Amino acid sequence: MSRKGFAVLALVVALLPLALTNNYTYEVAIVVGLNAIVCVGLNLLIGYAGQISLGHAGFFGLGAYGSAILAARYGWPPFAGLAAAVAAVSLIAWIIGKPVLRLKGHYLAMATLGLGIIVAVVLATEDQVTGGPDGMPVPPLTLGSVVLQGEKLWYWIVAVVLLATVWLALNLIDSPRGRAWRALHGSEVAAGAIGIDPARHKLSAFVLSAALAALAGALTAHYSGFITPAKASFLHSIELVTMVVFGGMASTFGAVVGAAILTTLPQLLTVFKEYEMVTLGAVMMLTMIFMPQGLVPTLEKALAAARRKPE
Amino acid sequence: MFFRSLLAVGALALASAVQAQEPIRIGAFLSVTGPAAFLGDPEQKTLELYVEKINAAGGVLGRKLQLYSYDSAGDAEKARAYVKRLIEQDKVDVLVGGSTTGETMAAVPLAEAANVPFISLAGAVVIIEPVKKWVFKTPHTDRMACEKVFDDMRARGATKVALISGAGGFDRSMRAECLKVAAQRGVQIVADESYGAGDTDMTAQLTKIKNTPGVQAVLNCGFGQGPAIVTKNYRQLGIQVPFYQSHGVASKQYVKLSGDAAEGVRLPAAALLVAETLPAADKQKKVVVDYKREYEARFKSEVSTFGGHAYDGLMLAVDAIKRAGGTDRAKVRDALESTKGYMGTAGVVNMSPKDHMGLDLSAFRMLEVRKGDWTLVQ
Amino acid sequence: MSAELVQFLVAGITLGAIYALVALGFAIIYNASHVINFAQGEFVMIGGMAATAFVDSGLPLPLAAAAAVAAATLVGIALEKLAVEPARNASVVTLIIITIGASILLRGLASLVWDKKIHSLPAFTGERPIAIGGATLLPQTLWVLGATVVAVAALWWFFNRTLTGSAILAVSHNRLAARLMGISVRRVLMVSFGLSAGLGALAGILIAPISFTSWDVGVMLGLKGFAAAILGGLGSGPGAIAGGLALGLIEALGAGYLSSAYKDVFAFVIILGALVFLPDGLAGRRAAERV
Repeated sequence: MSRKGFAVLALVVALLPLALTNNYTYEVAIVVGLNAIVCVGLNLLIGYAGQISLGHAGFFGLGAYGSAILAARYGWPPFAGLAAAVAAVSLIAWIIGKPVLRLKGHYLAMATLGLGIIVAVVLATEDQVTGGPDGMPVPPLTLGSVVLQGEKLWYWIVAVVLLATVWLALNLIDSPRGRAWRALHGSEVAAGAIGIDPARHKLSAFVLSAALAALAGALTAHYSGFITPAKASFLHSIELVTMVVFGGMASTFGAVVGAAILTTLPQLLTVFKEYEMVTLGAVMMLTMIFMPQGLVPTLEKALAAARRKPE
Repeated sequence: MFFRSLLAVGALALASAVQAQEPIRIGAFLSVTGPAAFLGDPEQKTLELYVEKINAAGGVLGRKLQLYSYDSAGDAEKARAYVKRLIEQDKVDVLVGGSTTGETMAAVPLAEAANVPFISLAGAVVIIEPVKKWVFKTPHTDRMACEKVFDDMRARGATKVALISGAGGFDRSMRAECLKVAAQRGVQIVADESYGAGDTDMTAQLTKIKNTPGVQAVLNCGFGQGPAIVTKNYRQLGIQVPFYQSHGVASKQYVKLSGDAAEGVRLPAAALLVAETLPAADKQKKVVVDYKREYEARFKSEVSTFGGHAYDGLMLAVDAIKRAGGTDRAKVRDALESTKGYMGTAGVVNMSPKDHMGLDLSAFRMLEVRKGDWTLVQ
Repeated sequence: MSAELVQFLVAGITLGAIYALVALGFAIIYNASHVINFAQGEFVMIGGMAATAFVDSGLPLPLAAAAAVAAATLVGIALEKLAVEPARNASVVTLIIITIGASILLRGLASLVWDKKIHSLPAFTGERPIAIGGATLLPQTLWVLGATVVAVAALWWFFNRTLTGSAILAVSHNRLAARLMGISVRRVLMVSFGLSAGLGALAGILIAPISFTSWDVGVMLGLKGFAAAILGGLGSGPGAIAGGLALGLIEALGAGYLSSAYKDVFAFVIILGALVFLPDGLAGRRAAERV
């Protein structure tokens, strides 16, 4: 299933440009891709390892600002800055993950929420370095003498990174580590009883999802040419979790679909003008009430049930 | 042969008729909802009202105005997406919008790359300094607000000043500018406190300020409900030194919320707030009184300086289009840049290649709250 | 004690009382249903906004306040019936998304039904500051503190001395056993949501004279109330009060003695530290976990 699914995704990504008519539609597609990268990682943490994070936008923001500040204020070559930022955020996630992941359920939710807010406040307050709440401009990525700019080029960059991320996730899920995560999700005590170290595996999921969020953040910063602390806000963290849960937990393609739908939805909802917020809230509630497993697993089940019906 | 040329003439006439009916597309992205709804809501209403009025009076150069407006809710990322949409999909001729500096700065590279004239409605000086070819703005800069306040403080003999600011973009940007221009204006900043968005009590910060030795005046850089709470706390703690607010709270809502505590508070603001009490000889009087009456009659709510900025933005664009004789983007941009002597709700506008805002310090008036109403400080 | 310190303590207790009331709302709902209601802040908003709307339409303040609390209680019950009950078997994360969706919906409705302006209520007994130990205190603050004390006492009496209250406690300890004893879990959930909503609305009305109310005033308060509830130990009423007061004091003292720009950061760092060393919160019970 996952091989077929991956092929379908690759096909969609390759053919989508035929439907993209102008730079605005490319922009939406690129943002979908970047959100999907974060969501695939976050899904490994929430859907497979069974943890929760209400502060993942903090990692996104740190990756973005790290790469932006190194390039803009310290003159680092952009790719070096990007790699350094992702590495630094992974290290930070590793250090704080150890104590924080000992918490469970709502307490873990609160801890990650608090971390996200701390990051957002620091980014907004240190305006000498970060430009404050209004954000800062970010120099584009360069490959030698080639400046990486423009929607069409970036579409392909994001497409490649997304496909690589999905590939990585699918392979991890089928590996011993992935099975360890799923065992953890089922029951931490039982997993421990059969020799799976919960702490180590929770941490690995946490660090990997943080690294992916940081990568997406850095790419976003260099693509947009600017970055604001709103990208590290609680609201953004909630958007990311909603995309994962809406698309379907423990489903990598679900994460991609969730990102796609919830990124494009506000653009479509503009017709509702002042009813946009009401509609968004209603959509979130209704889909979660009637499809608590998320969109893709519910569809998969429905398809499987339909196939089993005698013709 | 005759029939063919008749056809050709007919087609040409039809084409030019269609051309003439082609509406002038005004693109707007405003924070109608979200934390800056205070700004975007009156801006949206103003644009709708005046596009309607202008069309009712025959449009511009015989063409109707068409407004494409999106709610970016104070989010720079959304603003970017909407600006792309306005430029690429809706194919607008001129952009008016960007209620907050963050949203404006997100849109600047897009306008510059696509060569679309962009009139911003946000406050920070960074929007037009350094000057960008296609970007203009209508509100006074936050730096001008600092200068105006510091000059007034000096005139009252206060040179040691305490700052208290909120956490939003407007607040921090103005605070940064005030710190920069203080020395140049002969003022020393002796305390610098902050509060967060949604905070309900600032007595801790004000107590620190009250106990700072030698403090002679206090300036609050902020907007929304924060400054009103700061004002009430200020009186609760019995702080006696002069208290100044920023143009961010230039609205009756602030006075109403602060109640008696606002008595004696001074702030720099556009003449729009004291429209009727301006002396008859004041050249700005007609524009502001007309706008105030029309807005209040239609929307039954207090006029706002932010709506005034949108009015100025729209009118400047329309005026530039008229002078350019059409919607050719380069011509409209040049016409905008050469705007001279235009009287708006914010003041008289004289743009130049080095100055894409066009207001000077006299466009800001110093107001004081007395008995729940604004009075002009002479 | 220096006058400055007294003023900081007064500020801390003022903030703390508000957070405590919001946290109490979280605790009551969590106790009955093990759901964290992220729309709790919106009940505070509804209380304040509805009260100002009723006052503007001519009702005297006490009547307007009662009507606003009633309105919020109805919204709370509706939320439980329409959103939480249908999803009662969903995972923790799904329920979080549902209540967050509810808070977005309520905020959107508030901005449509009322408006996006900032509103205020008249102070209950005037605005003349009261001098205390070199610092000043607003009369309205005493109302907030007083209401918190009364609310705690009333809730204690309710949970320990009435049938419905005991039923709620029973459900929080063991839902199946409670049901076997004839307790209607559905009714219990309805009552707890309604109660929390009413409490939140009361908080909103009490603070409107000092810190105003608007369509989005619930976001920050909800977040801090949640943090306070967690700090105090989820599901514990006294813990919620303690957590609220602690959070308020940390914020005020942090702003006063350290850095006002970073006061929220201090608060969250301390909460994180507390969670790491006291994983069940200040007063949390060690719950036995089914393996």
